[in-house]
Amino acid sequence: MSQTNRLNTGGRIDRSRVVTFTFDGKSYSGFAGDTLASALLANGVRLVGRSFKYHRPRGIVTAGAEEPNALIQLGVGARTEPNTRATQIEIYDGLVSESQNRWPSLTFDIGAINSLIHRFIPAGFYYKTFMWPAKAWLFYEKFIRNAAGLGKGPTAPDPDRYDKLYHTCDVLVVGAGPAGLAAALAAGRTGARVVLADEQSELGGSLLSESSATVNGQAASAWIADALRELGALHDVKLLPRTTAFAYYDHNAMSLVERLTDHLGPTDGKPRQRLWRIRAKKIILATGAIERPLVYLDNDRPGCMTVSAVRTYVNRYGVMPGRRVVLMTNNDSAYRVALDLANAGVTVPVIVDLRAEVTGPLAKAVREKGIEILAGHAIAKVHGEQGVKEVEVARLSDDGKSVTGSARRISCDCVGTSGGWQPTVHLHSQTRSKVKWDDALNGFVPGDTIPGQNFVSIGGAHGVFDLAACLTEGHVAGTTGALEAGNGGNAGSAPTADAAAEEQPQRPLWIVPGEKPVGQGGKHFIDYQNDVTAGDVMLAHREGYRSVEHLKRYTTMGMATDQGKTSNVNALAIMAGLRNVDIPSVGITTYRPPYTPVTFGVFAGRDKEDFLEPIRKTPMHVWHEDHGAKFEPVGQWHRAWYYPKPGESMHDAVNREVKAVRTSVGIVDASTLGKIDVQGPDAAWFLDMVYTNAWSKLGVGKCRYGFMCGEDGMVFDDGVTSRIAENHFHMTTTTGGAPRVMAWLEEWHQCEWPDKKVYFTSVTEQWAVIAIGGPMARKLLGEVCTDIPLDDASFPHLSFKEGTVAGVPARVFRITFTGDLSYEINVPPSYGLHVWRAFMQAGEKYGITPYGTEGLHVLRAEKGYVIVGQDTDGTVTPQDLGMDWIVSKAKPDFIGRRSMLRSDTKRPDRKHLVGLLTEDPKVVVPDGAQIVEHLKDRPPMTMLGHVTSSYWSPNMERSIAMGLVKNGRNRMGQTLYACWENNRVKMKVTEPKFFDPEGARVNG
Amino acid sequence: MKQAYSIFTLVRNALSYHQDWQEAWRSPEPKREYDVLIIGGGGHGLATAYYLAKEHGITNVAVLEKGWLGGGNTGRNTTIVRSNYLWDESAHLYEHSLKLFEGLSQDLNYNVMFSQRGLMNLCHTEHDMQATRRRVYAIQMNGIDSEMLTREQVQEMVPILDCSPKARYPVLGASLQRRGGVARHDAVAWGLARKADERGVDIIQNCEVTGFDIVNGVVKGVQTTRGAIGAKKIGIVVAGHSGVMAGLAGFRLPVESHPLQALVSEPIKPILNTVVMSPQVHVYVSQSDKGELVLGAGIDAFTSYAQAGSPPVIENQLNALTDLYPCFSRLRMLRQWGGIVDTCPDASPIIGKTPVENLFINCGWGTGGFKATPGSGNVFAHTIARGEPHPLAVPFALERFTTGYLIDEHGAAGVAH
Amino acid sequence: MFVINCPYCGPRDEHEFGYGHEAHIARPTLEQQGTMSDAEWANYLFLRTNTKGVHFERWVHTKGCRRWFNVARHTVTHEILKVYKMGEPKPDISAENLPR
Repeated sequence: MSQTNRLNTGGRIDRSRVVTFTFDGKSYSGFAGDTLASALLANGVRLVGRSFKYHRPRGIVTAGAEEPNALIQLGVGARTEPNTRATQIEIYDGLVSESQNRWPSLTFDIGAINSLIHRFIPAGFYYKTFMWPAKAWLFYEKFIRNAAGLGKGPTAPDPDRYDKLYHTCDVLVVGAGPAGLAAALAAGRTGARVVLADEQSELGGSLLSESSATVNGQAASAWIADALRELGALHDVKLLPRTTAFAYYDHNAMSLVERLTDHLGPTDGKPRQRLWRIRAKKIILATGAIERPLVYLDNDRPGCMTVSAVRTYVNRYGVMPGRRVVLMTNNDSAYRVALDLANAGVTVPVIVDLRAEVTGPLAKAVREKGIEILAGHAIAKVHGEQGVKEVEVARLSDDGKSVTGSARRISCDCVGTSGGWQPTVHLHSQTRSKVKWDDALNGFVPGDTIPGQNFVSIGGAHGVFDLAACLTEGHVAGTTGALEAGNGGNAGSAPTADAAAEEQPQRPLWIVPGEKPVGQGGKHFIDYQNDVTAGDVMLAHREGYRSVEHLKRYTTMGMATDQGKTSNVNALAIMAGLRNVDIPSVGITTYRPPYTPVTFGVFAGRDKEDFLEPIRKTPMHVWHEDHGAKFEPVGQWHRAWYYPKPGESMHDAVNREVKAVRTSVGIVDASTLGKIDVQGPDAAWFLDMVYTNAWSKLGVGKCRYGFMCGEDGMVFDDGVTSRIAENHFHMTTTTGGAPRVMAWLEEWHQCEWPDKKVYFTSVTEQWAVIAIGGPMARKLLGEVCTDIPLDDASFPHLSFKEGTVAGVPARVFRITFTGDLSYEINVPPSYGLHVWRAFMQAGEKYGITPYGTEGLHVLRAEKGYVIVGQDTDGTVTPQDLGMDWIVSKAKPDFIGRRSMLRSDTKRPDRKHLVGLLTEDPKVVVPDGAQIVEHLKDRPPMTMLGHVTSSYWSPNMERSIAMGLVKNGRNRMGQTLYACWENNRVKMKVTEPKFFDPEGARVNG
Repeated sequence: MKQAYSIFTLVRNALSYHQDWQEAWRSPEPKREYDVLIIGGGGHGLATAYYLAKEHGITNVAVLEKGWLGGGNTGRNTTIVRSNYLWDESAHLYEHSLKLFEGLSQDLNYNVMFSQRGLMNLCHTEHDMQATRRRVYAIQMNGIDSEMLTREQVQEMVPILDCSPKARYPVLGASLQRRGGVARHDAVAWGLARKADERGVDIIQNCEVTGFDIVNGVVKGVQTTRGAIGAKKIGIVVAGHSGVMAGLAGFRLPVESHPLQALVSEPIKPILNTVVMSPQVHVYVSQSDKGELVLGAGIDAFTSYAQAGSPPVIENQLNALTDLYPCFSRLRMLRQWGGIVDTCPDASPIIGKTPVENLFINCGWGTGGFKATPGSGNVFAHTIARGEPHPLAVPFALERFTTGYLIDEHGAAGVAH
Repeated sequence: MFVINCPYCGPRDEHEFGYGHEAHIARPTLEQQGTMSDAEWANYLFLRTNTKGVHFERWVHTKGCRRWFNVARHTVTHEILKVYKMGEPKPDISAENLPR
């Protein structure tokens, strides 16, 4: 039997199932039901880690979520996970674990040199040094960074999957201890929809660590089994073990994480964890309480733990945390544990009680077991660098500030201490509800609930520890909660237990004095993980960091992975003592989510890879793919960018595409353009308001280009809108702007002009759009469409017809974004591919060339057409773009009109869009290059604006560019410089029209 | 003079068990009257007080803080410092601040741990690339360091980033400001407080302003939870609560207050040595000296004074994070919190006079105030001391909302408003 | 995460909605525009009450019925005090008379 510290009987582990695992490369065995912590203790392993700053040897302190010390690197490779708490890891066969923050080994750690120089590196030492020489911080920082950081993150992608679930219920009970179980039973019996969640593998909470408690006259364990059986049979009750409620958000929304397979080890295919977003009508917080360790000299030796941890290891796991366990306490809870230990055959040499007098039935029972009680005493020192060997116990002075007399040495290998209990108010506090100080309890309890949330804290979570009272409270809360949620059924009777004997009051002694003054040799640890001592709190006080947040931030107290669950109140109380104020005056820690750390992956859930913001594709996308297109992301879409032939560069391909459009015919997939169907008697009126130009008089069957401006007068979208019928328009928008324009129209209609009869429908995906353009476009269309006359008189530029294209009903718009004779053929999306293919087939003899967005951009730039978002940036008016003609002078009002009259907006020397031609036609400057008039040897230089669009134009056989240039329209012919990096290129200011400036080509 | 901080004083004090350190700042009772009152004991307010004393010789100054100093956005941000702003006006202002940051530890004799480890803005689309090129070249011509990186260069600097083309948010390139980085936010506040206190500034915590004494359009003092305090001039530097203070003084601002959320992971050994921002998908990440990944998110859309946001913002951010950095998926969120940011319509701050005479305001820093801390305080101190705006502050006056001369920094602000 | 009781669809999670900022800011009429100064126009465009307390604001059920409506919400507690349709008058709710 290798498990040297395993008791022969007792505990909830399954002794028939031996589980083997490794820790730091050594193989151990435990039993199913063990945590890594209980299994290590069973094997006599006390040293499990090193602390953050001083690299002090550390052991297991607690048995739960509050564990500050026993942080483990779990698993290997892509599945390795740093900083997991040994107290919450369920062991499985093959589990691989390692200690952290030590090199080369746990027992011999070079980093422990920090422990030797600890005197020179108190809290905040780094604020006072590393300032010389001035630039050296990066140098120092490298060492500090490498020394910090605890465990190692994986460097390969996470192979596991995660799940996410939304759920609503009547009553959510958090915590399945006696109060939570009673609440769930009562609520469940009424027929309410109930969820009961608990972070542990087994439901039962504190009862799982009980040795002798009874409920309804039977052993607690039997009652738990009955309760779970009853709950399991209730149709609307969901039990969620291994599920941590970690964040309480507005309007009664709780986030929980369920660990589905962590306890099984790596499992391919099954989701690892699940995120629950539960909205409950009533939330019952039965989250229990956390025991505070006492703050005494050298209290971090491996083997020092809380009394409740000792109890849990003995009773729940059948493990002796030590063979000789000394207990120190300021309250009664140690006495029950002493009895449990004695019954299990563990020696308790002494109970050291800080209280001057100890009476009552518990003390009596302990004495009857032959256990010595040293009242009014304290542990003044702990011996044993890598594990407790001996303690020195001495008499406390009356004021509790020092120890007196000679110390008595008591050999032991474990010290359990209890400094009282702090209710787990984290979830309460996360709602921004206040907490208040309870003098009897010496802890914070829930205060008033913030309006808008509906929850109640019961049992230990609000400072009630008596079992009978917890059961009653649970029953009442469950019944009331269900009733509030509309379930008035019979909640049955409350479970009962014998009332506990009255406890003697605590003695709050926030620092247990040791053989040396606090902060002067030896250490009284408060925050184990971050190595914050009582001396550090005193230093913070001395230096003026006295409010709770200053204290925390200056000393890093409570900022470790345990977020101060065992340390916050101790530190606050010590600060209050130093300031001579009551504890709440120091401030109250605000608890922030999450309660315990939560895996990032679970927030993403399945929203990754193909499901992460799904890519939008047009009906012709497969054709583009099949023909080798490169794609570019535009908004959520992937658009064909260019179609390289084998061996072609992007430059070659785009040139070929662009030339083909000008010489024969090109075809482009324009389906991504936003399309909005606008109907109603006030449709024309509405367009008059949202566009800068006039629409009322647009004839049926005609199309018009328009700008939309914000109320600030700045262009935010553009497009061609066509009048399908008197009260019916087909609006197009930019690809990326479609959702925004739709929302914009709806907002103005519903909020400002609700009386107007107009209706908007997004039809972007109701039409596949194929644009063909170039000298042969008319001829080609005539071959594919026979029922629309295409001559200029019947079907002029900027008009639209309905007809049949490739046998499919279509809307054909004669509009252009390339400047060439063009048609945009809109067909129902399921026909898009068919019609595209029909054009490709019929166009083969003309050398029809598919072109992508890059070619399109070159073509439009040759014509000087702007792209909103590239040639504009939200600070540009239509006038700035040289398009004053598009701003109606006749219309009384439109959105943005008044702003155009503001002093800065109407300035004549604003930045104007102009053409920019490089002196050397072969040079293409990058877009974004800055325009400078007077060059200097080096920056800074005064900039006049920037190049917004810049391309090689194969049709002009030179580079072309446009830019926004201060007072640009009055600089025609001037030579300016385009500047970027170390390049300076001469450019001449021109009109922003390069190809076919007279616009003859729209008619073919 | 305060006792100096250095390795020598540290060693000397260690020998006496650190019993002899002085308090970093006093906790005085407020006087009846001051030359200048600064409302707001965050970084910007403390910097204003510090520079009033240091550069303008005005030492009869009090900083009024309703809670604890540095407790607002100063202590809640992701600590990023950079000056890679698009428009000249902003670039000069933020560069002024960055330069002050470069000497701040020595100036304050307090290590603010300004780590110029470089700051990257990722581009995920061609449009991103265009906008970023424009910004980089503009910054270069303003004489500020900035450069474009190829995807390969990005990958080399940040090996754990998924730069493959199949990523949902593929990395096409990035801009890099090598002088950008992070600083220890609390240290900035504490260091400024200590030095301001040394020069005679009264830092008064737990003192909430409840009203202004205004006579004939001229401010004469404030009412506080610790009594009335008179002043010749008053500066409001209260970030998220600017609207509240303006309301007490009888005017409105073009400002809305919103929650801005951030979070940190558990500490791990160094894995990321650069600050990497991905504004398009609202992921901002750096690794602190302690080892925590510090993550900024986008703002919550709604107006709020709750210092708490909603989970969808965090979820979206973590979706994108685990896509960009697939190995972060197994790390854990340790702590999540929110601040209240005051956002302007053009994502640029307001620095200058108010409709009330002798009452000045410095607000609207939105999501990016920390990096501006010393610069903001410096120009605001000048503005208050002279009664006229510092040249760098001129464009940031309230009047710009009337004339339309806005400084639209939505692209550079990172977090979209 | 808020629950917002859409007047047309009933209670839904916040992520279905879009935020529309302060409510009850009417666009100046053409006549008003003609006489108002740049500063007065800027008030309409940019100045907001940014209330700490009961805030009247617009929301839109973007991923639902796409209807706009008004909400009275407390900006400190996030309590939603009233939801009312566009065009209905501003309810008489303030920090002093919260409907609880």
